[in-house]
Amino acid sequence: MAPADDAVIRVRGLVKRFGDVHAVDGIDVAVSEGGFFGFLGPNGAGKTTAISMLTGLARPDAGSIEIGSIDCSRNPKAAQHLIGVVPDESNLYPELTGFENLCFSGALYGLRKKVRQRKAEELLDLFGLEGAAERKFSGYSKGMKRRLVIAASIMHEPPLLFLDEPTSGIDVESSRMIRSLLAALNRNGTTIFLTTHFIDEAERLCDRIAFIVNGKIVRDDRLERLLQPVQGRYALTVTVSGGCVVPYTDLQQAFPGLVFHETAENELRIESSKPLKAGLLVRFLEDRCVEVVEARKRQLSLEDVFVEVTGIGSSSMTGGVKEGRGRR
Amino acid sequence: MNRWIACWNIVLKDMKAYYLKPPNVSWGLLFPLAWAGMFLIRSGQGVHSLVSVLPGMIALSVLFGTSSMLAVAVTFEKKAKAFERLVLAPIPLWMLMLAKTSGAVVFGMFNALVPILLGLVFSGLSGVAWSLVAPAILLMALASTYLSLLLAVLATEVFEVQTLSNFVRFPMIFLCGLFFPVTALPELLQPFSYLLPITYGVDLLHHAMGGEQLLSVGVDFALLAVFCLLLFAVSLRSINRHWIG
Repeated sequence: MAPADDAVIRVRGLVKRFGDVHAVDGIDVAVSEGGFFGFLGPNGAGKTTAISMLTGLARPDAGSIEIGSIDCSRNPKAAQHLIGVVPDESNLYPELTGFENLCFSGALYGLRKKVRQRKAEELLDLFGLEGAAERKFSGYSKGMKRRLVIAASIMHEPPLLFLDEPTSGIDVESSRMIRSLLAALNRNGTTIFLTTHFIDEAERLCDRIAFIVNGKIVRDDRLERLLQPVQGRYALTVTVSGGCVVPYTDLQQAFPGLVFHETAENELRIESSKPLKAGLLVRFLEDRCVEVVEARKRQLSLEDVFVEVTGIGSSSMTGGVKEGRGRR
Repeated sequence: MNRWIACWNIVLKDMKAYYLKPPNVSWGLLFPLAWAGMFLIRSGQGVHSLVSVLPGMIALSVLFGTSSMLAVAVTFEKKAKAFERLVLAPIPLWMLMLAKTSGAVVFGMFNALVPILLGLVFSGLSGVAWSLVAPAILLMALASTYLSLLLAVLATEVFEVQTLSNFVRFPMIFLCGLFFPVTALPELLQPFSYLLPITYGVDLLHHAMGGEQLLSVGVDFALLAVFCLLLFAVSLRSINRHWIG
């Protein structure tokens, strides 16, 4: 996809090698001002390495990085005043309180004492942490830690925010709160670069998404264009008992308008352009001695596009690869 | 942006989080007292002879004051990825590391006050050239701080840096002329003394307090300053290469 003219992040041919491993292998990215960009890929795909290079924590082996029209390829620190960074680990100081951590983060960006104290109080309120302001960071729960790390990253009101897996490993309530705060930040003009392996999170938040696999971007497009092929399409995922043989030929003959995918051992996905009647299909299988354990209906989504484009099963976004074979 | 606000707050944060913790302060107070007591008992000359072991006590206080916490704090922050927060701040790396090490330098100098106060109380220290003592302590504090920083960069685990620190500090006690002159060492060991920055700091203190001297004041200051610059430059280069890979 052609890069946007108003790009505030522009990356060309970015490469990072660790020995023989190409962690990032010649990626091109352009993120528009005010955009919400999602970098979606399984663990080990190169997302964190890419974000490290963009934020000045690692040097690229090749390629160029421009942040806010500042060339950061040679001097990784040149644009650090423009960015806020939320790393994949909650790395604030355990011995400082929530309030002290925020004030310290503000001080690192040159905020004066009164300004950073006022800002810290505002952010503690906004992130629902006002009651824990005087508690040490080491005593926070995982979700609270994550919220405070995000608050710390926006103390200096950066126009650009990088987030590396911000909702990974935290409770549902904190995840929801973080997503809604990120959406609000973006509405207020902050450009966001988010890496995640949660497909639904990317679909819910981002306006542009790149799929990264083995250090390479395999697809980069606006969300509506990515979703185009699956719009108005429905799927039924059927899990059968181990040892059962699915009679694909019979299925194809009985339901000629449907597409059957063998997504995993004992699991098949049925796709259609019309809402599916699960009962009919389940009965058909059970009549042929195939024991159905579970049948789940849903509308096709970004998850299906991701599986189609990358060949990686959505449930194995933590590393494993599943092949999706289509049968019509 | 005001970089000094960032630097000052790094120093304050480190002071609060690491250096002014009760165990560290008590270690800083007790360590020089223990060494002084040991040498005075050994010499059997009473507290009035304190001035003869004062250069060694000051140097030890500075060495252990600067190095006991810095290397551990830096390694711990690196491992917990908290150090990344500092690297992400829009401050040049040299400035950042100067701020990061300032706490250790200040704490090392504060430690040096303990034997000096003891000396003032028991010996009066009337003939001491204070104009030499103050810069010598500062340069020794800088050199041993940057040496600790270098060790912290080389280590990945806290226990590694503790082992490395002891591996460097304890031979230094015997090789730097702290309690007996370098010239009294076996000839085979003497070249090693000249490779250690504290040797020149101790020699400066001997100049100031009337002990046996090795080199001229100018040479001592020059070599100590070169060691400071060299150790800081090598540490920065290592951080740049290994930590911002």
